[in-house]
Amino acid sequence: MAELTPTGDNTLLRETTALREIGWFERFLGPENYRILTGLLKTPASILGFILIGLFIIISLGAPLIIPPTTPNDPYKIPRDGFSPNPKPMGSEWKRNVPPLPFWYKPIMKSDKWVHILGTSTGQYDIFYGIIWGTRTAFRTGFIVVITTFLIGTIIGAVSAYYGGAVDNVIMRIVDVFLTLPFILAALILAAVITPRFGKSLIPAIIALVTFGWMGYSRIIRGDILSIKERDYVMAARVIGVKDNRILFRHIIPNAIFPTLVLASLAIGDVVLSFAALSFLGIGTEIGYADWGQVLSFARNWITSLNQYWYIIVWPGITLVLFVMGWNLVGDALRDVLDPRMRGKS
Amino acid sequence: MVTYITRRLLLVPVLLVGVTILIFGMLQFLSPIERSALYIRDVPKNDRAVEGVIKQYGLDKPLYVQYWKWLVGVTNEKTGERRGGILFGDFGYSRVASQPVADLIKNRFPNTLDLTLWAVAPVILVGIWLGVQAAVHQNGIIDQAARIFSIVGTSFPTFVFGLLMLMIFYANLHWFPPGRLSDWANRVVLADTFHHYTQLLTFDSLLNGRFDIFLDALRHMFLPILTLSYISWATFLRVTRSSMLETLRMEYVTTARAKGLPEKDVIYKHAQPNAMIPAVTLAGFSVVGLLGGVVITETVFTYPGIGQAAAQAAAQLDVVTVLGFALFNGFILIVSNLVVDVLYAFVDPRVRLS
Repeated sequence: MAELTPTGDNTLLRETTALREIGWFERFLGPENYRILTGLLKTPASILGFILIGLFIIISLGAPLIIPPTTPNDPYKIPRDGFSPNPKPMGSEWKRNVPPLPFWYKPIMKSDKWVHILGTSTGQYDIFYGIIWGTRTAFRTGFIVVITTFLIGTIIGAVSAYYGGAVDNVIMRIVDVFLTLPFILAALILAAVITPRFGKSLIPAIIALVTFGWMGYSRIIRGDILSIKERDYVMAARVIGVKDNRILFRHIIPNAIFPTLVLASLAIGDVVLSFAALSFLGIGTEIGYADWGQVLSFARNWITSLNQYWYIIVWPGITLVLFVMGWNLVGDALRDVLDPRMRGKS
Repeated sequence: MVTYITRRLLLVPVLLVGVTILIFGMLQFLSPIERSALYIRDVPKNDRAVEGVIKQYGLDKPLYVQYWKWLVGVTNEKTGERRGGILFGDFGYSRVASQPVADLIKNRFPNTLDLTLWAVAPVILVGIWLGVQAAVHQNGIIDQAARIFSIVGTSFPTFVFGLLMLMIFYANLHWFPPGRLSDWANRVVLADTFHHYTQLLTFDSLLNGRFDIFLDALRHMFLPILTLSYISWATFLRVTRSSMLETLRMEYVTTARAKGLPEKDVIYKHAQPNAMIPAVTLAGFSVVGLLGGVVITETVFTYPGIGQAAAQAAAQLDVVTVLGFALFNGFILIVSNLVVDVLYAFVDPRVRLS
């Protein structure tokens, strides 16, 4: 048989078969994961989401530059300008516990005296300070809760899927039990139960959110592992006598984890929302801690005069909504990318 | 069908035992003195009294003994009087509210049920209508608006939305006050001449022929209903939209169009009923979810339901009360989830056949 050598114009061939360059990054992630990641960066909505998240990251990193703490040892304590219960309007003069002037203040505000930019809340807590430093609290709790729930959820889901049978059945019934109570009620109860043990701090709320937050990840990773388990390379590993936990942790989990991982990283918005809800209900940090839910809960005493003191809910409210919206916008794009009906269309 | 329902029924005892164990486990974080509220009213005064209580109610016994006593209560051998025992509906004594937890639930639950019943219709009907409109005008202006609305909707925390509503409609406009009733209406309701037939205030006021009280109750419930609806609409919209889009692409819809049916009939008579199946399940679960998820809404609007009572007790660390609420909620949710699942099997043949 004569050897086939390509002759002439090959444009048609190049266009029909994918001859695009495959970069190291795509090689590293694999085609499916790469598609998920690039899909996230396509729509204007998800880009807006990334911008919002980026803004909040900048605020949280730059908090000491935006408004330096009055008490550097305990920067999360919102400085109080007196003790009067009545909120003070925006732009009123800051008399006691004045923070040091940051670099941007003089050029923008044309003055070298701190004012309450967004007003004060009940008990003269400065709202601007609460919002800026509350961003750090939000990210901190968000990261801790998401990472822990993700680890617990994946391990439990993986064990359940890999061993199957009775183990799977028992674990999935436990998941059902944990899902029976409504999430926020369950978290509220657990946080209330353990608060006397840990005192008023971030810890009870974090523990509560973790305890009732891992089940979703277990279910998702379980589904993915059930399909990966049947692949040939897992069989091959088993044939050559690789131990169970090595197969699970080296061969199955790394191949099944990506969708769960992306999902988890976008759950921060929801976690921060639940955390704020708990502190709004009065469970969580001690009074005066820089935390959005806490700042919002100050408004509960002023419901009848919110027409006058509108700034005590509008500013922290907008902050929380924008934060959650940032993550939701990206999450929405993710849902489209992960939808199996969309596969192969990009 | 029979296997499906049997399997579903078998899950119920598992869930019941699981939830009781979960809640009993949380109880173990308390000291024996705090746990004594399960059986007696007052905090024991001195060390001897404390020891007596611990001994009498077995609060130092092994866990499985305590679990059993928690379930069936402790019977006094001389008088034959039983104290505690969640299986008999005795959830202990609320030291913050100074009444038995069961009574507290009995007083508060009708209010929550009232609110939930009134919230169901706007939640489901408007949510589904929005979803259908978005799907029919896919990628049109309505669809884009619905999409933005649903993203903004899911991003709004309940309590922020509720507080904003209070700011606009109560503090500024004085239209819809928080709470349950105005003072004058409250006096009428508490009087002997007002009969409580159903315990649900809106229905009772109608049965008593007091239309003014009915309107007053609705006026107070308007903002909580709006808040509960708003957060659910986004979910309904999304589910209905995607299932409607899928149905509209099916061949029988094309056939209907090819026959020359008016577009209105194609959408509402042929496509919508089939597209409703996922929305119906969601509706079932959202009724259940409304019952459990009213904690924040009721707290924001100081609406005296079980959610508000639970949040109040939790904030004051009255744990026995909170766990009583959790148990009650757990029981209700397990039963109503069962009902929804079984009904679903009747609605969708695919479930009972698989």
